[in-house]
Amino acid sequence: MREWRTRTVSPAEWRGAARDLAESGARLAALWASGGERGMPTVHAAFFTGTGALLLSLPLEDPATPYPGLEELFPCAARMQRAAADLSGVRASDPDTRPWLRHNAWPAAYRPLLDPPLPAAADPPGIEAYEFVRVEGEGVHEIPVGPVHAGIIEPGHFRFSVVGEKVLRLEERLGYVHKGIERRFTELPILEAHRLAARVSGDSAVAFAWAYCQALENLTDVAPPARAAWLRALCLELERVANHLGDLGALGNDAGFAFGLAQFSRLKEWLLRACAEALGERYLMNAIVPGGVRLDLTNAGAQRLHACVTSIAGEVARLRVVYDEHAGVRDRFTGAGTVTPRLAARLGLTGLAGRASGQAFDLRVDWPCAPYTELPVTKIGSRAGDVAARVAVRFDELAESARLIERIIAGIPSGSRLEAVGLPPPGSLGMGAIEGWRGPVLVALEAGPAGTIRRCHPHDPSWQNWPVLEHAIIDNIVPDFPLINKSFNLSYSGHDL
Amino acid sequence: MRPIEVVTQLLELAAALAAAPLFLGWINQCRAWLQNRSAPSIWLPYRGIAKLFHKDAVIAVRASALFRLAPYIVFGAMVLAAGIIPSMGTRLPFTRIADAIALVGLLATARVFMSLAAMDVGTAFGTLGARREMMVGFLAEPALLMIIFVASLISATTALPAITEHLATQTLGLYPSLAFTAVAFTMVLLAENARIPIDNPATHLELTMIHEALLLEYSARHLALMEWAAALKLFNYACIGFALFIPWGVSTGQEAPLALLASIPVLAAKLIVAGGALALIETVSAKLRVFRAPEFLATAFLFAVLGLLVHLLLGA
Repeated sequence: MREWRTRTVSPAEWRGAARDLAESGARLAALWASGGERGMPTVHAAFFTGTGALLLSLPLEDPATPYPGLEELFPCAARMQRAAADLSGVRASDPDTRPWLRHNAWPAAYRPLLDPPLPAAADPPGIEAYEFVRVEGEGVHEIPVGPVHAGIIEPGHFRFSVVGEKVLRLEERLGYVHKGIERRFTELPILEAHRLAARVSGDSAVAFAWAYCQALENLTDVAPPARAAWLRALCLELERVANHLGDLGALGNDAGFAFGLAQFSRLKEWLLRACAEALGERYLMNAIVPGGVRLDLTNAGAQRLHACVTSIAGEVARLRVVYDEHAGVRDRFTGAGTVTPRLAARLGLTGLAGRASGQAFDLRVDWPCAPYTELPVTKIGSRAGDVAARVAVRFDELAESARLIERIIAGIPSGSRLEAVGLPPPGSLGMGAIEGWRGPVLVALEAGPAGTIRRCHPHDPSWQNWPVLEHAIIDNIVPDFPLINKSFNLSYSGHDL
Repeated sequence: MRPIEVVTQLLELAAALAAAPLFLGWINQCRAWLQNRSAPSIWLPYRGIAKLFHKDAVIAVRASALFRLAPYIVFGAMVLAAGIIPSMGTRLPFTRIADAIALVGLLATARVFMSLAAMDVGTAFGTLGARREMMVGFLAEPALLMIIFVASLISATTALPAITEHLATQTLGLYPSLAFTAVAFTMVLLAENARIPIDNPATHLELTMIHEALLLEYSARHLALMEWAAALKLFNYACIGFALFIPWGVSTGQEAPLALLASIPVLAAKLIVAGGALALIETVSAKLRVFRAPEFLATAFLFAVLGLLVHLLLGA
């Protein structure tokens, strides 16, 4: 089993420890605050250190004094710190102290994750006066977009400062789908909350459910049986293929090439139907449970899946030629929304988008859990960093996942697929990290007494990648934004929680 | 003015009003088939327009009378344009007051009012769309004028029916100049009617819109008129193309009602073929970056100029 190293530091050591990690090339995986003992909050930061992981904890003695912020070392920490301030009342010393998830929905002094519930307010909250950064200059104007859009998509607000069609600056405002998921976790039994985890971000259901179960198994020292681990990997790769198929179609459509959408939608539907027939669910929302998996793969189901994935891989290879050789599509993809490897490293771009910008990090390869220890994955990557690179990485990963699915179906061990999981000791903290299709999904789980959850923090890689999108669009033109945005395809729900 | 002329005029207007949404529905069907999708009903545009007419209009608080008037002006301009394009017969009473250059002006009037109305409410998208629409317009209009000039030079008149009559009645000959202008015209048609590769009529991404951005604030009857006008504009453009490049089958001269009746299936056949061709072009191309639109339209202009030069130098 993979080991998380842990280290508890004082406020004085906090930034130094983070600096050492930053200098050794570690990536910030997540930052959150938990209630801790005696009501004193603790700030946690999880890092991936190349071939391992480290959890840094900072118990606060006085929550009123800001703890040292990490924005300078890890720029992506800024929003996580602002969210922790909104939810747990711990403030960092970094300059940006604007609320991030609160949106005036609760009083500034109230800490939703620590304080008892507030009575329901009679009036809807007033509109928040949020200070966007203004760009001054001759001919500069702002275009506000969203949170209500012309199409049926998730809500987010984008404030463009433009000259003509050229974007000078983009500022995102998220948090419109804040549902209180972390609070809800604390109301659920620890052995059942994997179902909520699977619904944090619907497109990453398998990744979140697996990460949650891994955290719980980590707490209770249970190793799922080999067959269960292989089935989990099968589900994860199927989820990756389904999402990549959907994205490749949508990317074609956003370039005005509706043929692509029609073809990839057809292939995705094939896959979903094969999943429903072989595994009982179109989207594998209930597949993974603590200690193993709920579903099983019959011989007929395995053949059905194998046939489907093989033919999809063949068709995708042919569609890739269409995308690659279509002058109009190539023109739209190439050079749009470029994130150089240098910028990506500085900002901590992660997951699929990171691999398209030279950030060769994949949990399945660099820090594999079972069954990836016996199931070698070829790491995909590019250094170009534009929309075309993210499209190419999707094509390559799709082919790789199809290969993995075939290998899993051929080599899946027999045996039981469920191990009994007991109750974890109260106060213990377990971690789960899974490479979802978008990037590393992390779940931190703190057990409470008698099978309750004291704190559960699900972390989507969108937290790291949303701020990079603001940089990717600079100097591009306004009408290219939807395409660039889609090439990242980040989660709103998984981020807003 | 003879009775048959009045009948021709009325028939053309009625056909344009009635068949324009059908033409759009046909193109949408062809597009769906070409993309391996099951096609929507060919009557869908009618249902959309009828549905909108039954709704209550929501108008922005800061909208002026211009915003409310614009749909009627735009729709009126498109109906008037339909009246001066010889889609079935060339003896049209309206055309004595408006030639092809006036037609271009009429289309420009509609564009100006649409853009003004979009800016009237003061939303970012309306202004964004209006700006892009004017950019496309000021590049497309010279190209369209140049196309008409080529045909005018061949037939020594700027009256569209006379051009059609001239081209339709002479012995069949090859006009290399018209071949160049036909390419130019197709490009202008795509740009002016918000089709791929310049604009995407099916998009829901507000930041990429041109034509749709102009209509974002409209609802109910205003939107219905705007959409109907857009369908009419496409129909009109198709008919301008037929009048200039495939004029055969149009009833000309003093012929009896029989020729007029015969021109109806001919027009239908031309529309069916043109709709299929348009859908094919849209399916095989992707949308251009906005800043490629000037290049696209400059190419159209260049083709029209080439047509003109070919005519002047070769006399063909």
